[in-house]
Amino acid sequence: MATGTKRQKAAARRVGEQADDGHLTHRPLARLGELLPRSRGANEGAARRVRSAEGNGEALARGLGWFSIGLGLAEVAAPRAIAKIVGVRGGDDNNLLIRALGLREMAHGVAILTRRRPAAAVWSRVAGDAIDLACLGAAYASPDSDKRRVTFATVNVLAVAALDVLCARQLSARGDDGGEWAGARLTNSLVINRAPEELYQRWRDFESLPAFMHHLESVRVTGEARSHWVAKAPAGASVEWDAEITEDRPGELIAWRSLEGADVYNAGLVRFEPAAGNRGTIVTVEIKYDPPGGLIGADIAKLFGEDPSQQVKADLRRFKQLVETGEVVVSDATLRGTGLTEQRPAQPAGGEGGR
Amino acid sequence: MKATCWYGKRDMRVEDVPDPKILNQRDAIVKISSTAICGSDLHLYNGFMPTMERGDILGHEFMGEVVEVGGGVKNLKAGDRVVTAFPISCGNCFFCQQEMFSLCENSNPNAWMAEKLFGHSPCGIFGYSHLTGGFAGGQAEYARVPFADVGTIKIPEGMADEQVLFLSDIFPTGYMGAEMCDIKPGDTVAVWGCGPVGQFSIRSAFLLGAERVVAIDRFPERLRMAEGGGAVTINYEESNVYEALMEMTGGRGPDSCIDAVGMEAHGAGATYMYDRLKQAMMLESDRPIALREAIMCCRNGGTVSVIGVYGGFIDKFPMGSVMNRSLTIKTGQCHVQRYMKPLLERIQKGEIDPSFVITHPMKLEDAPRGYKIFSDKEDDCIKIVLKP
Repeated sequence: MATGTKRQKAAARRVGEQADDGHLTHRPLARLGELLPRSRGANEGAARRVRSAEGNGEALARGLGWFSIGLGLAEVAAPRAIAKIVGVRGGDDNNLLIRALGLREMAHGVAILTRRRPAAAVWSRVAGDAIDLACLGAAYASPDSDKRRVTFATVNVLAVAALDVLCARQLSARGDDGGEWAGARLTNSLVINRAPEELYQRWRDFESLPAFMHHLESVRVTGEARSHWVAKAPAGASVEWDAEITEDRPGELIAWRSLEGADVYNAGLVRFEPAAGNRGTIVTVEIKYDPPGGLIGADIAKLFGEDPSQQVKADLRRFKQLVETGEVVVSDATLRGTGLTEQRPAQPAGGEGGR
Repeated sequence: MKATCWYGKRDMRVEDVPDPKILNQRDAIVKISSTAICGSDLHLYNGFMPTMERGDILGHEFMGEVVEVGGGVKNLKAGDRVVTAFPISCGNCFFCQQEMFSLCENSNPNAWMAEKLFGHSPCGIFGYSHLTGGFAGGQAEYARVPFADVGTIKIPEGMADEQVLFLSDIFPTGYMGAEMCDIKPGDTVAVWGCGPVGQFSIRSAFLLGAERVVAIDRFPERLRMAEGGGAVTINYEESNVYEALMEMTGGRGPDSCIDAVGMEAHGAGATYMYDRLKQAMMLESDRPIALREAIMCCRNGGTVSVIGVYGGFIDKFPMGSVMNRSLTIKTGQCHVQRYMKPLLERIQKGEIDPSFVITHPMKLEDAPRGYKIFSDKEDDCIKIVLKP
């Protein structure tokens, strides 16, 4: 019963509608995904939501996972027998290849069965199917192979690949790959010892955001719901964009997104919810953006200490300091910032002065 | 100004560095009159604390005269004589408002580093690695004191530095160690470690009504000082601690046990060698020999109070003993700001004179030698006070 109610609430949040159970203490909050534009030019393909008919991909995924592990074990343990079934010669080279394919196959299986959101792992099976088909194609072209058996194996792989694609699409449609967003997604939250209304007011004053968001250079309000943002980018560069408020609920939530022509497409949301037992307010920030260089670029940036998720947490922490103590706290070692690479010896800073 | 800087394992140097200045509105600049080397500084000195940078100024026990205050400090003015608390605490957050000052949520700008190691971050601390904020310490001629309105106590005329300096750390820390034992009349309290903090735990246990205090160490001069405070002593190199304690308590064990040793414990026998080896191989960061023994010795239903500093992970922790015998473990970096006023009053009333613990008054320039003799327990060294 309780679970049902929870699920209804979650569903209501997802579509941004009021759940009809009369038990909600505050209005369901819009999910960031709903605030994003449906079409985003070059990224349209990646961002397109795949909708499918009713269907629970999870049971199918589990089946595919176990199938992967079973097939993989067989390939690793008995490459000779497998070679015979698919109609290729059982030489040392082929045994090694089949064992390698088996290891890969098991990796798919383990990934599918152990991940809470298996969509990506099932998509990896689809990629694996492509590799298997390429190998079978090569086998077919080889003079040593039994063409009838290779064809039989290929038909089987194609059938499984179809199941994989079906399953992966179903899981993706349910948002198991983290929703429609193909770019980077950051979220973090922190409790602050103040009322939601006060925190909302502080945040709503966009021009003061750079005081605690250290990656921002400036924010200028340009209209009722419009503003112009300038942010620091790696290697001393900067990026700019115009943003508009997409949702504004005093004391509860502010959502914004960048407009056409942004250097880096991004959207954000901040929520203010009373913490349990009246112990302050839980402030949650969600930010989505297209990292320059794609997700791989974002991973590389992390290696150089530019972990954006860490930055969101650090921004929230500075916001908390600002609100609770009156200003952002600096130590001698953090005069230039709080990332590991910015640390300097904990000594007074001579002529450098404060930030 | 001159300041004591860390340059690596067992490499301290007194150097000329820029004078500190106000960076936040609630800062004060203090001209230091007395500062001390803390046992916990030795963990930095010996290279057991991660996130140290070459050139870091150490020192979190200091006092002096306020020479400048930021616009946000209303209760202090230039000329005030103050002792500072080693935890840097805002006074506004959830924890500060419950007087758990060493858990301040706002004073550690490097909280993310501590979160990686500890799960959550403690407060910022002066001169105590970048994990706790990268704040310059007070073994120097001047120091910047953030949140000075919360972290200082004014000292009345007529009291010597030596009487009040230790309100900054070791007296409150030792006192909190005893307070966490929830001492009842008639209680026996055992204290592992007779360094400066252990000495204050011994005396605080008596102040809080303990019937008997047993002090455990291996250095005769420290055991003598403990006896001077009224404790019965056990030298762990000469007798088996467990057997001696059971003999004293009719086999029941002390009502509460205080670990005033921490992560660089020494011990006799195979377990000590085991921990030294694991620590050397980086398989455990801390050597919990005293803690294990305190747990095994404590009476059923008793309290183990841990004020010795631990930095990371320990091995062979006797959880079965803790659980099956209903032990309570209490611990924490001292919430100094909570204790400064009541303990100053105890000093004023003459209930205790903290200067007893000082064995080596020195000049600031001699800090490197001070670190060495304190760490190596040379020259019967127990507590060093440095004068700039």
